[in-house]
Amino acid sequence: MLNSLRVKSTLLSIILLVLLLGIWEGANQPPSDTKPLTEYELLMGGASQEARVPPPSDVIALGWEELSNPFYDAGPNDKGIGIQLGYSIYRVLVGFFLAALIAIPVGFLIGMSPLMYNALNPFIQVLRPISPLAWMPLALFIIKDSEVSAIFVIFICSIWPMLINTAFGVANVRKDWINVARTHQLTPIQTALQVILPAAAPTILTGMRISIGIAWLVIVAAEMLVGGTGIGYYVWNEWNNLDLSSVIFSIFMIGVIGMILDLLLAYAARWVEYQE
Amino acid sequence: MSFKSLSDPFDASKSLLHKSDCDCPMCLLEKNQPHLSARDKQESIEQTLQQKLDQQSEPHSKKIISPAEAALQSQEEIIDRAVESAVVRSVFGHNDMSRRSFLSMIGAGTTAAVLGSVFPMEEAKAAIKETMGLGPLEKKKLNIGFVPITCATPIIMAHPMGFYEKNGLDVDVIKTAGWAVARDKSLAKEYDASHMLTPMPLAMSMGAGSTAKPFIMPTVENINGQAIVLHNDHKDKRDPKDWKGFKFGVPFEYSMHNFLLRYYVAEHGLDPDKDIQIRVVPPPEMVANLRAGNLDGYLSPDPFNQRAVWEKVGFIHTLTKDIWEGHPCCAFACSKEFAVQNPNTYGALLRSIIDATEYSAKSENRKEIAEAISPKNYLNQPVPVVQQVLTGRYADGLGSVMDVPDRIDFDPFPWHSMGVWILTQMKRWGYIKGDIDYQKIAEEVYTAAETGRVMKELGYEPPAKTYENYTIMGKEFDYTKPEAYVESFAIKRT
Repeated sequence: MLNSLRVKSTLLSIILLVLLLGIWEGANQPPSDTKPLTEYELLMGGASQEARVPPPSDVIALGWEELSNPFYDAGPNDKGIGIQLGYSIYRVLVGFFLAALIAIPVGFLIGMSPLMYNALNPFIQVLRPISPLAWMPLALFIIKDSEVSAIFVIFICSIWPMLINTAFGVANVRKDWINVARTHQLTPIQTALQVILPAAAPTILTGMRISIGIAWLVIVAAEMLVGGTGIGYYVWNEWNNLDLSSVIFSIFMIGVIGMILDLLLAYAARWVEYQE
Repeated sequence: MSFKSLSDPFDASKSLLHKSDCDCPMCLLEKNQPHLSARDKQESIEQTLQQKLDQQSEPHSKKIISPAEAALQSQEEIIDRAVESAVVRSVFGHNDMSRRSFLSMIGAGTTAAVLGSVFPMEEAKAAIKETMGLGPLEKKKLNIGFVPITCATPIIMAHPMGFYEKNGLDVDVIKTAGWAVARDKSLAKEYDASHMLTPMPLAMSMGAGSTAKPFIMPTVENINGQAIVLHNDHKDKRDPKDWKGFKFGVPFEYSMHNFLLRYYVAEHGLDPDKDIQIRVVPPPEMVANLRAGNLDGYLSPDPFNQRAVWEKVGFIHTLTKDIWEGHPCCAFACSKEFAVQNPNTYGALLRSIIDATEYSAKSENRKEIAEAISPKNYLNQPVPVVQQVLTGRYADGLGSVMDVPDRIDFDPFPWHSMGVWILTQMKRWGYIKGDIDYQKIAEEVYTAAETGRVMKELGYEPPAKTYENYTIMGKEFDYTKPEAYVESFAIKRT
């Protein structure tokens, strides 16, 4: 039964995809050239240049071309899509793990100590809603290095969900378990590592999953702003050329990588899940 | 490292030109392994050089020479060869045949000795290294930022066409998302030098809109080359008096675009702060915003004016050339600190840029340049669009083909009077306040004397003075009375 449902849903997905692409393709056909063009028409870009959304066949052709040679490097401003994605993933991961390094211990601290929670809460509440990109000019000015600034922006946006989720997870560990730990005369450190950490791990992982999603959202905008390398730069560079096929293709790539990052963390979350 | 066309002029078998049978390491490599990347090539050449040097030194007193040192020596060698071949050329004219037959008759050594006796070869070499700041380069690897527009043509084309290489520089030209980023990266020393707008070094030196840091602007990149573009819906509103309520885009606050648009509408009686809206919009977004009806027009750098026509969303209302013939637009600038700390590198850079700018000024080179700078690595634009901009034969979007060869032009000389004019406009629109010593600031930032000297050394004719008066839309600008000029406008923010 489950199996047939799966088959059915897959089939439906494919039908929807084909239908969607078909409509998109059909609605965006280039006008056909009729008579020879005058010089003026040629200088205007001919008839085929009429502004329109590229049909999916164009995007697929371009994607095929880009993906068949993803790691070419033709100077500082022209690199393959693989290299650009690599730069972005690298920045996201560095910023993300730096954030985890700080957010998880601090989250633990404020989750276990109501005093620290009350003391730090105002800071968190003010800093959390600031758009990561708003930090960019300040980061550029203080850090004086666009690469590190981009990583800093990822860091600052990933830290809050992890911090809050860790604190929440830690604060909501069932009191019974902590009491059991107390009756077993565990030290506070032992309690933290052997009882609270495993109990809070699923919530912490959820925080990390939210964080990496946000980080991947932000990197594209950050790289558009500072330029240089990365998928954001790639989109900006193609935008510069008003080349919609490339823009659509890179949007698709951003989606795929975002999905993979999310899946990896979802997979990691399964390792720490427990059944009551 | 560059070995272009500098083979031994006293060797009869070698051409003074870079011909198909050229046997310099560069050409040999190009011929044998054309698929190597630039970096591999560089390494391979350094290896060859190292081997040669190793062979020359005696076996037991073998000296280890680092690639950097070797490069330095070869840099000096290149200058020596350049002087030698210049002298040989001047004796034999450009006729390679007569030089060859003469050399094979007399012998290379004798020729060198004879020439040396009548011409102070060594002194000439030393003198040239001296005057051109051509000692060893303090820094060979440079990062230069550019915003991908045709104004940056000399900075960009100098890369694919070998102008930096010729002066011994290894330059990365880096595409930058906008002028604010170019400014910040320059302030952060990520860029050694950068493409800027002519008002920017003035503003940065004074600390308007950023922290104050002395910047200098040795050369103007391009003159003219901008246009006012309007949406196709406004074909019937060619009189600026009908533009009340229009939304216009300019690429940056401290830009000629902003000042020229303000000047233009104010001369037609509109107050740019009250009657129209001026927004700062990055150039590529201007076309999209125009299409979406978000902007009614813009004064922006090319190729985005021509791109609007090509995309069939707008038409060219007027070229800025018709507002002020020969106005400056973009510039090549760096921090004063960089120039002072690296005088030889700065000299080499200046020579590359001035040479590239003068090369771009010649209309016969424009087609070739358009092809060189259109690829993804540089402008990332369709070649026909860039070509229309550079050659000045373009469709205006209103149905006619125009022929304006100086639609964009290139002239490196940074007139002090241009700086004074820009400062008057910054004062006029309230970007700077208080008493301003117009000429002093212009002279500190626009290093015209130095530019003139380098132009002369490269064989170009610099103007004899650094100030001149302009007539802009029929109104006289007298550089000696900037304050009176500001006061003379009816619409101003002072």
